[in-house]
Amino acid sequence: MDLLEYQGKQLLARHGIPVPAGRPAESVDEAVTAADAIGYPCVVKAQVQIGGRGKLGGIKVAASRAEAQEHAGAILGMDIRGLRVHEVWVEEASEIEAEYYASIVFDRSARAPLIMLSTKGGMDIEQVAEEDPAAIASLHVDPLLGYQQFQGRRLAFEAGVDGDLVRPLTGLLEKLYAAFVGEDAMLIEVNPLIVTPERELRALDAKVTLDGDAMFRHPDNAALRNPSAEDPQEQMAKERGLTYVKLDGDIGILGNGAGLVMSTLDVVAQAGGRPANFLDAGGGSKADAIVAAVEVILSDEKVTGVLFNIFGGITRCDEVAKGLIEAFGQVQPQVPFVVRLDGTNDEEGRRLLAEAALSNLYVEATMLGAAERIVELAAATPSEAR
Amino acid sequence: MSILVGRDTRLCVSGITGREGTFHALNNQRYGTNVVSGVTPGKGGQSVEGVPVFDTFHEAVAETDANTAMIFVPARFAADSIIEAADAGVPTIVAITEGIPAHDELRVFTHLKRSTGVRLIGPNCPGVLSPGKANVGIIPADFFKEGNVGVVSRSGTLTYQIGNELAQAGFGNSSIVGIGGDPVPGSSFIDVLELFEADADTELMVMSGEIGGSAEEEAAEFIADNVSKPVVGYIAGFTAPPGKTMGHAGAIVSGSKGTAQAKAEALEAVGVRVGRTPTEVSEIVVEILEG
Repeated sequence: MDLLEYQGKQLLARHGIPVPAGRPAESVDEAVTAADAIGYPCVVKAQVQIGGRGKLGGIKVAASRAEAQEHAGAILGMDIRGLRVHEVWVEEASEIEAEYYASIVFDRSARAPLIMLSTKGGMDIEQVAEEDPAAIASLHVDPLLGYQQFQGRRLAFEAGVDGDLVRPLTGLLEKLYAAFVGEDAMLIEVNPLIVTPERELRALDAKVTLDGDAMFRHPDNAALRNPSAEDPQEQMAKERGLTYVKLDGDIGILGNGAGLVMSTLDVVAQAGGRPANFLDAGGGSKADAIVAAVEVILSDEKVTGVLFNIFGGITRCDEVAKGLIEAFGQVQPQVPFVVRLDGTNDEEGRRLLAEAALSNLYVEATMLGAAERIVELAAATPSEAR
Repeated sequence: MSILVGRDTRLCVSGITGREGTFHALNNQRYGTNVVSGVTPGKGGQSVEGVPVFDTFHEAVAETDANTAMIFVPARFAADSIIEAADAGVPTIVAITEGIPAHDELRVFTHLKRSTGVRLIGPNCPGVLSPGKANVGIIPADFFKEGNVGVVSRSGTLTYQIGNELAQAGFGNSSIVGIGGDPVPGSSFIDVLELFEADADTELMVMSGEIGGSAEEEAAEFIADNVSKPVVGYIAGFTAPPGKTMGHAGAIVSGSKGTAQAKAEALEAVGVRVGRTPTEVSEIVVEILEG
């Protein structure tokens, strides 16, 4: 789960990492009240998780109440690379003497957390990594031993941190690591980590990704919301316990098992179609889950055809067939469905479908054949059905 | 022969008294797997259709000489159960449980590699099937028969799809291993390819990967230096957009890393033929084994 900047900052603050004082606001009035409380000058920042917000007009300094009102009005509701701004974060303006970079990522290849530190923060760190890799110091932390003070010192000296800041930075990295492990984070990135004229360190931005599988031990984090990142169909699927990812094509896809669904998307693309979604109905899906899935897929108005690709293991093909028949009764889809059933109870599933004789539903024997058929049928779907 | 599970497997199931645990333990037993015991804390002394249940793995191992564990407990208890099985001296652990926190997996992985000789398959995997010998997990065994193709995969149902296409082309399997779709699997492609390379009954290996991470690229390097048998590859997720997790916690393209294209190219660069569809995978296998 990706957190918004201010949610990330609040999380860091809980672990003792200094961040500028600020308040979230969902309306212009709220933003002005927040600005008044914080004092001027203050900064109005769009809360969308995307790099380069500042350049696109999503971050503005307000010297007065009138400016705070003007900026909040301009930023709220604005579209930043396809993401709508639902919230702003109003924070005290910070004086910046230097911009550092600090991050911890869950490094899957090395199977250990990786800490990175640079004194060349603020700009695109990937560009720094490419042009001047020596400017980024990095090392892995032993997952069983945890962060060690010497690691912080080593990073600080290697990155060329000013001498007076080595000790405070080592302490800050220790807190960052405690947050990383304590909150079950997959990524914590602070860019820029600023040095103020008073020689204090402060997290001026925060990018935090949390492990969705660990939410059972972090109820507060589980309750956090990021409305701009949530597509309405994805939201609907989540409420129904389905794994759904919206894509930008027009052929709805349902399968069981993440790998098989990914493979189905590829095969549909090879057959010349464009998948509208990824939907994994999961293992052991019962009829009601299938009904819910059909509703989610068809709630995307771009869909002109739907492909079901099931290889039953725990999932029983007769249950899938029953669910489909029920869904057709409830939803009466206007677009063609192609169904491929293989595996556990496949014959019974196909028999049920044949008996129901649903119009607009076609059964194919193979995955490839089914993909080719749906691409052909979807292309021929009349526009009034769309 | 086969790898990981076979006729000498003595299985102890953690979570055997749960609904899913009971169902699959008995299913494995019906297939011919020697299910010797189960573990559910607080239910020691009971039995599940004649299989004795113990409170601890230590007791189960002492009483029934279990040499393989299957973990079927909910995600929040699974890491603990894996370490308990390892501590009790079980050398092979197959973890089916889905949704274990990544940091827990990381601690389990590091501990097992460093302090024990234990081999962990999974978590979040369908298990291991050696057709005709033993099934440990949830793979629908009826679709597979004995043969000489070893299969290793990050995905469950995709494995069935590929295995089924191979079966229709007339080929059976030495073993089918699901390593799971999580960020820190207990065993990697490399670990399993190494076992297949040493297995007398395996003539060819199929490796089915997906987007995310760098396990396929690492496997390609390993194959170049260490594998003499033919390997056929498959990668799922060519059409997956970056930044979106495709069902598996580990299946996400971040930036330019972990794309299907990069993985297929890494494998092809070391002479592994990569099928673009599951059907093409079986066609390549037929060509190599019959050609």
